[in-house]
Amino acid sequence: MISNMPILEAQDLCVDRSGLRFLNVPILKVFQGEVLSLIGPNGAGKSTLLLALCHLFRNFSGHILFKGMEVGNDITPFEYRRQISMVFQEPLLFNATVFDNVASGLRFRRLDKNRCKKIVLNTLDRFGIAHLSSRSARALSGGEAQRVSLARAFAVEPQIIFLDEPFSSLDAPTKDALIEDLERNLRDLKITTIFATHDRNEALRLSDRVIVINQGEIVQDGTPEEVMNYPCNEFVASFVGVETVLSGIVVKNEAGVLTVSVSGFHMEAVGDITIGCKVVLCIRPEDIILYPASQDTQSSARNTFTGIVTRVVPSNFYQKVYLNCGFPLVSYITNASARSLGITEGMELKASFKATSVHIIET
Amino acid sequence: MELIIDGILKAFSLLFTLDREVLDITILSLKVSGIATIISVIIGVSVGTTIALNEFPGKRIIVSLVNTAMGLPPVVVGLFVTIFLWRNGPLGFLGILYTPYAIILAQSIIATPIVTGITVAAMQQLPKKLRLQILALGASRLQMVWMLLKESRLSLLAAVMAGFGGVISEIGASIMVGGNIKGYTRVLTTATVMETSKGNFDIAIALSIILLLLAYFINLILTFIQQREGTR
Repeated sequence: MISNMPILEAQDLCVDRSGLRFLNVPILKVFQGEVLSLIGPNGAGKSTLLLALCHLFRNFSGHILFKGMEVGNDITPFEYRRQISMVFQEPLLFNATVFDNVASGLRFRRLDKNRCKKIVLNTLDRFGIAHLSSRSARALSGGEAQRVSLARAFAVEPQIIFLDEPFSSLDAPTKDALIEDLERNLRDLKITTIFATHDRNEALRLSDRVIVINQGEIVQDGTPEEVMNYPCNEFVASFVGVETVLSGIVVKNEAGVLTVSVSGFHMEAVGDITIGCKVVLCIRPEDIILYPASQDTQSSARNTFTGIVTRVVPSNFYQKVYLNCGFPLVSYITNASARSLGITEGMELKASFKATSVHIIET
Repeated sequence: MELIIDGILKAFSLLFTLDREVLDITILSLKVSGIATIISVIIGVSVGTTIALNEFPGKRIIVSLVNTAMGLPPVVVGLFVTIFLWRNGPLGFLGILYTPYAIILAQSIIATPIVTGITVAAMQQLPKKLRLQILALGASRLQMVWMLLKESRLSLLAAVMAGFGGVISEIGASIMVGGNIKGYTRVLTTATVMETSKGNFDIAIALSIILLLLAYFINLILTFIQQREGTR
């Protein structure tokens, strides 16, 4: 359901802070009905970009077009803001009942009481908080409060909804349940959504398109699969969870199968890059398979190296294993496999990965 | 000792028989200080909101001036209001010196900075992003200010209490610009001073009990509202 006409377009968006260019977005198009994630580390400029897109602060230069109309020229910022809504990291609820909170945007629009009530009850229901309707907003848990905040933003039936890290202060189970409800509502209502987050998993789960921002600039724009599997540079690679990033030089190119020299070791990868070029190799930890050093090399994987386990970091479902093979490798291994391999620090293991698992970036 | 007990007994008889003069003085006090409080709330909340919500050069200086003015000595206010209202003073043509209007004017000047200062503090206490959130929900600028006032209503109630408490109990300005004229500008505080100096301790005690009770009841009502709101 993505049409060609951008519902929102930003041109030459710049924000300067104390003489430095803090945000620089030459062009950004958002299409009707899509869920767009802005991901990047804290301080990358995601929130600033969202606020500028909402016309909620004045100190930026550039143009914002809503359905082809320039905000501040063809329509006033106020008229524009009546078409959108935003949820912040903190719930920022009013000191009133849950019902009154969710009704607030509709009351600003002077909707008549009966319609207002109907919409509010419906929205409360959508977010699973109908039972809290008459409760004071001050007496809610963090998750409930953020649900109210989301319901309040959805109640005005916005054309675009902006979410600025709405889950970052919630604990994991609360967050999961809320993301599930949000996802369902976004799919149901087909509202164009712009969602800022520093959590790549949230972005992956919710979005049709991901934009990676670093130091105020867009560094990559693509589908979640593209950004996760084919990061365009080392920064994106490490940000989207590629644990192994190695630099090397192309020494051989045989019909699209490259041999790259990394600290004297030869590795195979797929691509078409001239011999002698400097490259960066990215390998996702889940693509590296570990097995006992005594076992024979697996045939399908072109790259097999022997290394020493330097560190094992447990996580909920898997263990993160750091290997030194003369160059560093990081692999994820399930708890069950870790037990059967009897992994301990200092032991020797074989690691292998396919040539197709190596994403190669020219530098 | 006899003096005090006698005084208290007579005071209660004055209170329970609803002595005409005592009643009139009480009603005048309430009217004058009530109107002065309302005026100061209208001006103080508007000015305080404007200061809090706008960034302008010299804002800190203005806020510090307001905070200093919160402790304005009533006698100083009384002196300047008297000078301004004096027959050939700048506002002498009004001819309101030694009338209840003059007291209202002086008390408004005393209470306004108190209300303004508390309003500024209350507004600045609200999270900065709340303003953005309200605008992002489609509020006009006026609707936003109204929401912010509603959000700080508990602190604004405190401002009303502080303003009223300040003026109902002040004496310097009332006596200077009102003149303590019997049946016309005599309020609870000025009457208490006069009766004490005349040695009529019974009446003085009765008046001060009324003053205490008034202050107590008004604050009690406001506190009830505040507590109910706070725990809702």
